[in-house]
Amino acid sequence: MMTIPRFWREIRQRYKGVGVECGNCERVYFPPREVCPHCRRESIGKMKERELSGKGRLVTFTEIHEPMPDFKMMVPYIMAIVEMDEDVRMTGQLVDIDYDEVEQGMEVDVTIRRLGEESPSGIIYYGYKFVPVR
Amino acid sequence: MQNSEKRSTQESGNLREVAIIGIGETRIGELWDQSLRELGINAGLSAIKDAGVKGEEIEKIYIGNMSAGRLINQEHIAPMIADYAGLDDIPAVRIESGGASGGMALTEGYLSVASGLHDVVVVGGAEKMTDVGDEEAKKILSSTADWEWESVFGATFDSLYAMMARYHMFTHGTTKEQLAAVSVKNHAHGALNPNAQFQREVPLKIVMGSPIVSDPLTMFDCAPLSDGAAAVVLCPVDMADSFNKDPVAILGTGMGADHMAVHDRRELDAMKATRSAGDKALSMAGLKPEDMDFAEVHDNYTISEIMAIEDLGFFPKGDGGPATERGDTSLHNKIPINTSGGLKAKGQPVGAVGINQAVEAVLQLRGEAGDRQVEDAEYGLIHNIGGTGASAVVHVLGRWR
Repeated sequence: MMTIPRFWREIRQRYKGVGVECGNCERVYFPPREVCPHCRRESIGKMKERELSGKGRLVTFTEIHEPMPDFKMMVPYIMAIVEMDEDVRMTGQLVDIDYDEVEQGMEVDVTIRRLGEESPSGIIYYGYKFVPVR
Repeated sequence: MQNSEKRSTQESGNLREVAIIGIGETRIGELWDQSLRELGINAGLSAIKDAGVKGEEIEKIYIGNMSAGRLINQEHIAPMIADYAGLDDIPAVRIESGGASGGMALTEGYLSVASGLHDVVVVGGAEKMTDVGDEEAKKILSSTADWEWESVFGATFDSLYAMMARYHMFTHGTTKEQLAAVSVKNHAHGALNPNAQFQREVPLKIVMGSPIVSDPLTMFDCAPLSDGAAAVVLCPVDMADSFNKDPVAILGTGMGADHMAVHDRRELDAMKATRSAGDKALSMAGLKPEDMDFAEVHDNYTISEIMAIEDLGFFPKGDGGPATERGDTSLHNKIPINTSGGLKAKGQPVGAVGINQAVEAVLQLRGEAGDRQVEDAEYGLIHNIGGTGASAVVHVLGRWR
């Protein structure tokens, strides 16, 4: 799925949802960007870390029946694009809900779950998934 | 009015008019008996033969290819294909832009001739998808989306298009039947194309009842992953008379761009890259969507064709599904879309797709499309998407005389 260093250097994003805020226009981005697409050179050196609230709403979703090899054990599973309160969008799995209960616009929270593992005896990856607000 | 009188944009930019003077393509499918280099050579040689060009006249070769490095463990494929075609002293370079690699290679070839740098250029596209298993091939295709922020969380390439489909359904009331109608129509067209991977009609209830890949997309909403290659030969139009075939002119070209990840785009029911590429290509040609007699659009999924025919201006946003259901996009109707069968039925050798589309357009404009000929076709548009829409390229082609 990913090499260990590649995963390690993004741990703060994957575990804690740390994005950035542009010091020029206050727009929030996740994952972090070096340059604000709106302000471009005005934003250089002004991108500040910003932890997301972890709350958002479903923009769109699907249920995957044909996965990539690393996700075979989870089939079928739900993927969603979520708009967070900070007006950024993220892609992730939606869990703890049946597919026929999922609705566009429903409120969700971010949670940390197991994403996969390198090999049966190897490193386990964790990362964010979404759960419905009950 | 003749195209030769109509054009002003290119002249003002000091670009030369460019023609396609030869085409060639392999069969598309699961071609276990042929390697990437054989496919590339066969397509290239048939295009060169079609044009009547001699090897020593070719100045440059561009080859569109998505991922030979991962699919067949071979990078640097352009010199390899040139070498085995007996053209080892001709510079050859590979162009990559995901699924739009072929179309982007065509633009590069166009520019090298239009600029005056080269006279005769071959542009090919080649992909070998079936030397790895189907799951591995899909994983490699998924790497044309944002691997770190989409795929790693479990989003397949299919699922990203499925989420666009679901959003289009929410927003415009597009139905699963309308998605399926795209597949039924493209299979009907493919049945008339002797180079298509699937040459049989598929009824609506089979499409609707096929296994779900990523809801709402079923197996028949998704194009296959195929082996195949295609090539075209380009030269300035004022040199075209010295070769075999009537030239087809590249009247307009345009590229478009968008955010890499689907979630970073505000519109999920449209592709900004397609709209921008289409607008640029049509404006350069001095033509409108309604001037087109046919179009080949990137139907890697049924939803992609519905969005494309809206974003290219053939139908208003939201009318792509109903238009397909009405039959407006079928052969002999309002604007025939994917007369070749499209990626769905003709097949999807990913990096070759853009050149396969050019081959179909040239056949139509020469009047050589056989049973699927669009009557008196004068102008056609071809549209190629990279990834989930972070890049797109459109060309407008027309009969030169």
